[in-house]
Amino acid sequence: MEKVQIKNIIEAMLFVSDKPLFLSEIKSVLEGPDADEIKEVIAELVGEFETQGRPLRIKEIAGGYQIVTDPVFAPWLKKLYKTAGSDRLSGPGLETLAIIAYKQPATKPEIEAIRGVNVDGVLKTLIEKNLVKIMGRRETVGRPIIYGTTQEFLQYFGLNSLQELPKLEEFNFTEKDIELPEHLQKEEEEFKQQEGGNPDVQADGAS
Amino acid sequence: MSYKVKLDVFEGPLDLLLYLIKKNEIDIYDIPIATITEQYLEYLELMRMLDLNIAGEFLVIAATLIHIKSKMLLPPDEKELLPEEEEDPREELVRRLVEYKKFKEVAGILQDLEGQRKKMFTRDIPFEVEPGEVFFEASLFDLITAFTRVLKDVPKEMFQEIIKDEFTVEQKVHDLLHMLVVTPAISLFELFKNSKNKTEIIAMFLAVLELIRLKEIIVVQKKNFSDIEIVRNEKHRLNTE
Repeated sequence: MEKVQIKNIIEAMLFVSDKPLFLSEIKSVLEGPDADEIKEVIAELVGEFETQGRPLRIKEIAGGYQIVTDPVFAPWLKKLYKTAGSDRLSGPGLETLAIIAYKQPATKPEIEAIRGVNVDGVLKTLIEKNLVKIMGRRETVGRPIIYGTTQEFLQYFGLNSLQELPKLEEFNFTEKDIELPEHLQKEEEEFKQQEGGNPDVQADGAS
Repeated sequence: MSYKVKLDVFEGPLDLLLYLIKKNEIDIYDIPIATITEQYLEYLELMRMLDLNIAGEFLVIAATLIHIKSKMLLPPDEKELLPEEEEDPREELVRRLVEYKKFKEVAGILQDLEGQRKKMFTRDIPFEVEPGEVFFEASLFDLITAFTRVLKDVPKEMFQEIIKDEFTVEQKVHDLLHMLVVTPAISLFELFKNSKNKTEIIAMFLAVLELIRLKEIIVVQKKNFSDIEIVRNEKHRLNTE
């Protein structure tokens, strides 16, 4: 099969698919080229989408490939689908998801211990939204239900895999880190006071 | 006339504590417990004045703060512990706060990702499913959701009746299997429609669960939250015959 044709078939498949297509799916449809060849073709395709002034992009999401629109066109598309993009997750929802994403499989008490509040309602909503699923039970006393994130979770946040989330250790604070935001605040205030001034002056002032 | 104000700025007691720490420009590892406890309680009082329901969790942390405060007022017990082994009574709370703060930051990152993702549109209109063609197995959750929906529809007056134990799961299992001989697929909602009261519905529901457990039947659903259909598990029957 010629490369051009492989490329066209892949593009056609991505166009039609309403979910990310896995490399394995593409491979089994094409029946010929190996994974490396397909990856190479997709990489070319990704490049073409970006350089040829097209409104679409190929993004790696949830371990697969999916055609998405360039974010630049969001305002028009939002107008087209009047409801799209309006329902965002709540603060508690995001916090709970964050905990589950890192601690999975996690039990409800484990999540509650970190958040310091009951998470019954939030968990229910997240399960309804298919962002969190019950993974089974932990074989300990009381056999508590354990929760984890879904494939949909990755899709929802445009992540390719959980590894793309920042490492939790990066959030370890030293005393300096805690103070940093305040410094920045002060710097900002100073900067506002000398409004119109050279930004370099601000850097000097802070040191 | 009273005003009810919704003040959902704080996601919980730890969130409130973090806010107070930030507001007072305090080092999280060296919290002046007395000041923070005072301010924390002031906030609870404010919430009470605003007619907010103070969740029990807020009170738990209030108690913790007061406990730490009292511990710190007491002189350390010199006999029992060497000075370097003396634990800072705040340690546990600080550990929790730092842990919580991490996840709060991650939540912020997720929120950014969500915003970015919402700007990218994908084809998300699935092709119309041909009716009766595609099924996926309904989960226990779908069953329970359907069950609660049915319970909600039961007329309220019926709750006052005192009902004898006239419906048994055994009988319902029997009935259900009979029905399946006549009709290949039964709608779960239809099944409950003829039920006279809650007891019968519960007996029926348990019968459905029992038959699923015995692999006699399977429950299928066309899409999320749609009606659930009960069909015989042909595979199982063939296997046993």
